[in-house]
Amino acid sequence: MMASSYSAKDEDGHITVSGPGGGTLRNKKPENTAFKQQRLPAWQPILTAGTVLPAFFIIGLIFIPIGIGLYVTSNNIKEFEIDYTGDDTSSPCYNCAKNFSWNNTKSCTCTIPFQLDQPYESNVFMYYGLSNFYQNHRRYVKSRDDSQLNGNIDSLKKPSKECEPYASIDNKPIAPCGAIANSMFNDTLTLFYNDPNGTSVPIPLTSTGIAWWTDKHVKFRNPVGTNSNLTAVFQGTVKPVNWHRPVYELDTDPENNGFINEDFIVWMRTAALPTFRKLYRIIQKKNTMAPTLPRGNYTLVVDYNYPVRSFEGRKRMILSTISWMGGKNPFLGIAYITVGSVCFFLGVVLLVIHHKYGNRNNSANISN
Amino acid sequence: MIKVAHIGVGISGQEGMQAVLSSDFSFAQFRYLQRLLLVHGRWSYIRMCKFLGYFFYKNFTFTLVQFWYAFFCGFSAQTVYEDWFITFYNMVYTALPVLGMCLFDQDVNDRWSLYHPQLYAPGQKNQYFNKKAFVSYLIHGCYCSLIIFFIPWASMNDAVRNDGKDIVSHPSFAFLLQTCLLIVVHTQLSLDTYYWTAVNHFFVWLSTIGYFAISVTMYSNGMFYVFPSSFPLFGAARNTLNQPNVWLTIFLTFLLCILPVVAFRFIFIQLRPTINDKVRYKMRTEELTAPAPRRLLRRRSTRSGYAFSHSQGYGDLVTSRKFLIKRPLKMTALFTQTDSSIFQNQPQHYRTIAEEPQSP
Repeated sequence: MMASSYSAKDEDGHITVSGPGGGTLRNKKPENTAFKQQRLPAWQPILTAGTVLPAFFIIGLIFIPIGIGLYVTSNNIKEFEIDYTGDDTSSPCYNCAKNFSWNNTKSCTCTIPFQLDQPYESNVFMYYGLSNFYQNHRRYVKSRDDSQLNGNIDSLKKPSKECEPYASIDNKPIAPCGAIANSMFNDTLTLFYNDPNGTSVPIPLTSTGIAWWTDKHVKFRNPVGTNSNLTAVFQGTVKPVNWHRPVYELDTDPENNGFINEDFIVWMRTAALPTFRKLYRIIQKKNTMAPTLPRGNYTLVVDYNYPVRSFEGRKRMILSTISWMGGKNPFLGIAYITVGSVCFFLGVVLLVIHHKYGNRNNSANISN
Repeated sequence: MIKVAHIGVGISGQEGMQAVLSSDFSFAQFRYLQRLLLVHGRWSYIRMCKFLGYFFYKNFTFTLVQFWYAFFCGFSAQTVYEDWFITFYNMVYTALPVLGMCLFDQDVNDRWSLYHPQLYAPGQKNQYFNKKAFVSYLIHGCYCSLIIFFIPWASMNDAVRNDGKDIVSHPSFAFLLQTCLLIVVHTQLSLDTYYWTAVNHFFVWLSTIGYFAISVTMYSNGMFYVFPSSFPLFGAARNTLNQPNVWLTIFLTFLLCILPVVAFRFIFIQLRPTINDKVRYKMRTEELTAPAPRRLLRRRSTRSGYAFSHSQGYGDLVTSRKFLIKRPLKMTALFTQTDSSIFQNQPQHYRTIAEEPQSP
C-alpha cells in the first residue's frame, strides 16, 4: 500500500508521485518563468559620469537664464504699499484706530495722501493686506458651512455644528455662519487722483471679477426661494454679529449680492499664511494710450471699520501690476539664479573629482 | 547545539522531515545553500533595508512639513495638507512603488552574486540599516521637508495668480505642497530602485499620474455637488496648476531635493566605491561587450553521492562511462559554472571576506 504512493525526490527537487493508477505527476518545483525566477528584463541604471555631469551642467545652464528672466520680470512689476493701521501718532488713521468701538454707528474716515513715481500701465490691482492675522488657525478654518454657502435651504436654516459659536443667535440661524464669515474685512478703500489742476478725480474701481470663477459660479450660490427677492429668501436668519449690514444688502447689484458677493467670496477663501493680501478691486486699463494710473499725487480714503490693533495686526493697501508670473516676487528669480550657479559649480567640482579619482571604480581588482 | 542564528535551514531527505518542519527554509541538497544565501538572502536583505529606509524617509518628510507649518499657523494643529491627501498618501500614492521596489529590486543579478561572494559581507556586518543609517534617513527627511515647505513658502509669500486673483489660499498652498512632496518622494524612490522592471515602471507612473487624476477628480464639480462638506477644496487643482509660477516652484523644489542626493552618491562612487558599485559597474561594461551567455541546460546531476535503495540506481550510468568524458569549458572565465564545486569533486572554496582597504 505504501509502496504504491511514495514520492521520490530526485536531485533537482523534482517530486514525482506515482499514484495507484500510475502516471500522475505533482510538481513542486516553481515554474521556470522569468517572473518567478526573478529574471524579468529590466533597465539597470547606474550613476556614471556620463549621465551625472552633463545633467548638472545642463541644469545649471537652463536655470540661470530662467532665473534672470524671472528676476527681470519681477523687477518690472510696479508695486506700491501703504500701511494704514494707524498705530503711530503721526499716521492719519491714528485717531480712527484709537477710538474704535464695536458700537460705532458712524464709521471713521481717514485720508492718506501718497505719490506714485511711475505710471502704472495695463490693469492695476488693488489689494488689502493683513499681517499677524491667522486665517489658517485650525478652529477658524473649520468654522464654516459649505452647504449653506452653496445655497442649500436646509443648511441655511440649520447651520452645521462646525460654525459654533457663530451658528445662531437667540435660536435664529446666522447666515452666513461661522467665524470666517463673521470676521469679514469691512474697510472701504477709495482712491482719488489729484490732478495738476487741484481737482480730486475719483478712480473707478471694479468690484467684480476678483474671485475665482469656480467659487463665484459653482461653490457659492444664493439660496433659491419662491420669491426672487433675496431679502425674502433670507427671512428668518440674522446677520453675523460683527457685520454692519446683513448679507442680502452687501451690494445693490443683484449679481453681487448675498452669498455670491465677491468681496465675501474672496474673504472666505482662507489664506494659508499669517501675512496675506486679498484682491479688493481692479482698476481697469483705459481704452486710450494713457497709463491707468499716471504719475502724481493720489489720496487714499479709508472707512476704518476693521479693528486689528487688539492682536497687533497690521493693515495695508497695495497697488500692483501683474505679469505672467503673478505679482512682484523676486524670490523665484534669485533662487533660480542661485541654484543654477551652484549646480554649475558643483558640476565642475564633480568633474574634477571624477577626473582625479574616477579610476577607483574601474579597478578590476575587486579585493579578496 | 546552535541556539542563536539568523535563519535556520533544514535539508529534507531520507532522514525524515523533522528538520524541515522546524526550519525557516528547507531544500533537498546542500548545494542550494549557496544560492539561498548569496543570491536570495542578499537580495532579501537589500530589499528590506531599502524598504525600511525609504519608508522612514518618506514619512519623515511628510510629517516634518506639517511641523514647520505649525510655526505659521499659530501652533493650532492645522494640517498643511488636505485631509484626503493625508488619508491617501501612504495607502494609495506611495504604496505601490515601494511594493514594486521591494519585490523586484536586484542590485546585481544572480550570476554575479555567486561569482563575488564578498557582496554578502554588508549583510553580515549590518551595514545597510543600523543606527547610523537611520539617522541619515532622518536628516535626509528633515532636509527635504525644509525644502518642500520653505521654498513654496518663500515663493508664495504675497504671491498672486497671473490674473491678479488669489493663490495663497489654504487649498492652493496645500495642493502645491502636496504636489512637491509627491514628486520628490517618487523621484527618490526612482533613485533607490536599481532594477526597473516593467512592473516597477507601471507602479511608479501609475502612482504619480494617479495622484493628479485623483486630485483633479476630488476637486471637481461632481464630487463637490455630492459631498460639499467633505470636499471643500473644490477648484484648487485647476486654479493652481495653470499658473507658471506654481510649476516653476515645483520644479525648483524637486531639483533642490534630488540633486544633493545624486551628487552625494556620485561622489561616494568616485571616492569610495563599495564592492557593490564596482560589481555593478563591471556588470554594466561586461554586458555591453560580452556575448549573451549560453544557458546551461539543467540536467540531472550524475555525480550524486546519495544512494537510493528504492530507485533503480546508476548502474547503467557507471557502466556507460559517460562521466569520464571531460567537457571543455566554452564560456569565458568571467561567467563561471553555476554548478557548485561539488561537481568537480573539489572542496568548496570561497574567497575570504575582508574589509576593503580604505586607500587604493
